[in-house]
Amino acid sequence: MMRDLHDHLKTRYRLGDLAERRGNLAFVDVERADLRALLVELRDVHGFTHLSLLTAVDWIEEGRFQLTYLMNNRAANRTLGLRVFLDRADPVGDTIHDLWPTAATYQRELREMFGIAFPGSPRVDEEFILEGWTDMPPYRRDFDTLAYSQQTFSDREGRETHDPRSHMAKKLYPEGQR
Amino acid sequence: MKDIDKSFRKDTETEFPLREELRPRSVTAPDGQVIEIDPLQDYFCQEPPKVHKQSYFKIVEDFYNWARAHSLWILGFGTGCGAIEMRPLMTPRFDAYRYGIQWRPTPRQANLLVISGYLSVKTLKRAIRAYEQMPSPKYVVGLGSCTINGGMYWDSYNTIKRLDDYLPVDLYIAGCMPRPEALLAGFMDLKKLIRKGKAEGANKYAENFDWYKANQKSVIKDWDMPDYNW
Ligand code: SF4
Repeated sequence: MMRDLHDHLKTRYRLGDLAERRGNLAFVDVERADLRALLVELRDVHGFTHLSLLTAVDWIEEGRFQLTYLMNNRAANRTLGLRVFLDRADPVGDTIHDLWPTAATYQRELREMFGIAFPGSPRVDEEFILEGWTDMPPYRRDFDTLAYSQQTFSDREGRETHDPRSHMAKKLYPEGQR
Repeated sequence: MKDIDKSFRKDTETEFPLREELRPRSVTAPDGQVIEIDPLQDYFCQEPPKVHKQSYFKIVEDFYNWARAHSLWILGFGTGCGAIEMRPLMTPRFDAYRYGIQWRPTPRQANLLVISGYLSVKTLKRAIRAYEQMPSPKYVVGLGSCTINGGMYWDSYNTIKRLDDYLPVDLYIAGCMPRPEALLAGFMDLKKLIRKGKAEGANKYAENFDWYKANQKSVIKDWDMPDYNW
């Protein structure tokens, strides 16, 4: 079924291969220029009326961000994920808050946590979760949260960390027998 | 993936700009008079807290402490997961009220601040405000390992690790999360501390006020409140 849809859409849009995860869940790469037309068609013609999720992945090695638009067709119980790639050096996405008002919230989050700009999205430049944040966006993979916390907050003496596997093995089998 | 990137340096240069409504400005009144306004100075009292002196006679101070120990009013302010354990505590199952411990909705009516778990920098600001608005003598209890050494948020960019860097903690209750029984035991211990005159957090805060403020301001970048929130 997803394959039929993919074949049908492929005639008019530049689509990547269909990556099927389950019978009713699949992902496909799309071009940024096609994204909006595709979203509208999926919503209005093919019944994918619900935007479940808009999120990003930082592919730092490839120098790009991936935006994932997860669309759900409730009546047919199908989910389709559209993947769009943006240049990591200058990440600018296209706002879709006029298609789904909830997208504005996701876009605000992506702006704050990944530093992806969505020009025209309502209140996108306001603080969302963080307050008074001056460092780089914390969800980027070159932001090291452990190093940041060590440089910001002080430790208390005496904290130990155990590897659960070796710790329990030593506790349960002190002589080393299995 | 590496555990930690040794070359990572946090940005210590960038200053967070003062919010527009808090910047000093001059306003022209309807009659033409020009008024200088500095919101942070004008709208608040900047008087720092003072140390509350002990009574001259020990027996009187002991009596005060006995009375204080029996009057614990908790501010109903939950910060982390631990806040969920306060609900069974204030309802019939564990019923903390029979020990004379009750919750109040506003800091003006409370004298015990329970920091019930991890504290993000954003919440820390609110916790400081709430603490400073409470009338003395006041106490702080840190609940759970997050307040003690960061707990499982030890590597988070956004939660503090040691509560006693920022607020004067009288007692910690360990656990992740501590059960209501542990909280009850903790409150009993706090009562003992108060009776012995050892729960002097508010005075410690007043004595080391500059140290606490420096620590607080080192993590709260957009400081948009007076230094002491009466
Ligand atoms: S100590 Fe555990 S239960 Fe308490 S706030 Fe931290 S993670 Fe949550």
